[in-house]
Amino acid sequence: MKLPPFEYACPTTLNEAIALLANHSGEAKPLAGGQSLMPMMAFRIAQPSLLVDLRKLPGMKEIKIGPDGVRLGALVRWRDVIDDKRLAVAHPLLKEAISHVAHYQIRNRGTVGGSCAHADPASEMPGIAQTCEAEFSVMGKAGARTIKAKDFFQGALTTALGADEIITEIHLPAWPAARRYGFQEFARRRGDFAMAGVALYYDLDGGKAANAHIGVFGVGDCQRRLPKAEAALNGKAVDEALAVKVGEAAAAEVEPQEDIHASAAYRRSLTGTLVERAIKAAMVR
Amino acid sequence: MTTKFEVNGKPVSVDVEPRLTLADCLRHELRLTGTHIGCEHGVCGACTVLVDGEAVRSCLILAVQAEGAKITTVEGLSNDADLTPLQKSFRKHHALQCGFCTPGFITTAHALLTEEPDCDADRVREVLSGNICRCTGYIGIVDAVLEARAAYKK
Repeated sequence: MKLPPFEYACPTTLNEAIALLANHSGEAKPLAGGQSLMPMMAFRIAQPSLLVDLRKLPGMKEIKIGPDGVRLGALVRWRDVIDDKRLAVAHPLLKEAISHVAHYQIRNRGTVGGSCAHADPASEMPGIAQTCEAEFSVMGKAGARTIKAKDFFQGALTTALGADEIITEIHLPAWPAARRYGFQEFARRRGDFAMAGVALYYDLDGGKAANAHIGVFGVGDCQRRLPKAEAALNGKAVDEALAVKVGEAAAAEVEPQEDIHASAAYRRSLTGTLVERAIKAAMVR
Repeated sequence: MTTKFEVNGKPVSVDVEPRLTLADCLRHELRLTGTHIGCEHGVCGACTVLVDGEAVRSCLILAVQAEGAKITTVEGLSNDADLTPLQKSFRKHHALQCGFCTPGFITTAHALLTEEPDCDADRVREVLSGNICRCTGYIGIVDAVLEARAAYKK
């Protein structure tokens, strides 16, 4: 459908953008790449009275890599992540996950901040944020604050962001070079939303898995980690039999939804298989 | 809102409502009807145009957001004298039937081949997965794009 009518503003400073959002009593929406918000408006799921275009805001398009990890400006596009060769070492899990996001044309506009603010349960970026314990820097009328990923994502299309708040940066903690990781998702057509997806990593401590982080997306109403499956992996020597066991633990732990794409039972089974495959991929890295 | 940008090398100025997508602006304000609109929510790829050289879905960008940008539509990728190598390759390989999706495939393939003239069949398939064609079954389209690579190599 054609978009419903709205007003449009294209501020050049963050303060100006926040003031516009604050003055529209929850009826305004920030517009980043528009690759989720525009379809939402076409379907009338979102009907903001004002769009605040963020494209002229300075300093939000950079990928900074330092000893404390990777800092993604909120307006960093999928394309920028894919093209940044430094990330192959600085955060290979992020790099691999983003290669699954949407299609070629979408990747030229869609942003990391926009995807997280939209919080579709099947999106990869919120899955990476949860798995890697990312922190969101946000700015609003009351000033700046930092929100941990586990507090940021609250459910399908629901986040901790206030109506006057804008994500400015997403911080992923430093990635040790020896870390093992795996990423798996399944969709009927490449680039489509996943029916289920898994991002995981662990470190090796004396030949045994430690610090396991297992996150799922597309399963249930929110990206989340699976502490029971992580416990099944931690402290053990990783082999194929363990991969199967952790997969079973993950399948038992998720609370999948049923929809036109897949039944809950199918999603549960799929999650177990994907966790198993991701661990097997991690073993040989 | 008065919005100025460049389309196929020519500066244009339009006075549009914010709700107008770039796709509708190109078709209805600028009468460039080569850009087709299929789904209007970013799934089918028929409306793909180049914004500053990058392929984007013109139904998912507002005309007012194009301020200052250089837009290339499928009209800008042809010339009156002859078919371009990409167009010739599409004809040779029967890469179209009804033709509705073709402008989106041409613009997408042009962006891909300009950026990656050495891409392999797998990459072509991955990139074209963002465009839907209900006639051809894609095999002819992939073959056409692969053969057109030669014309983009420097």
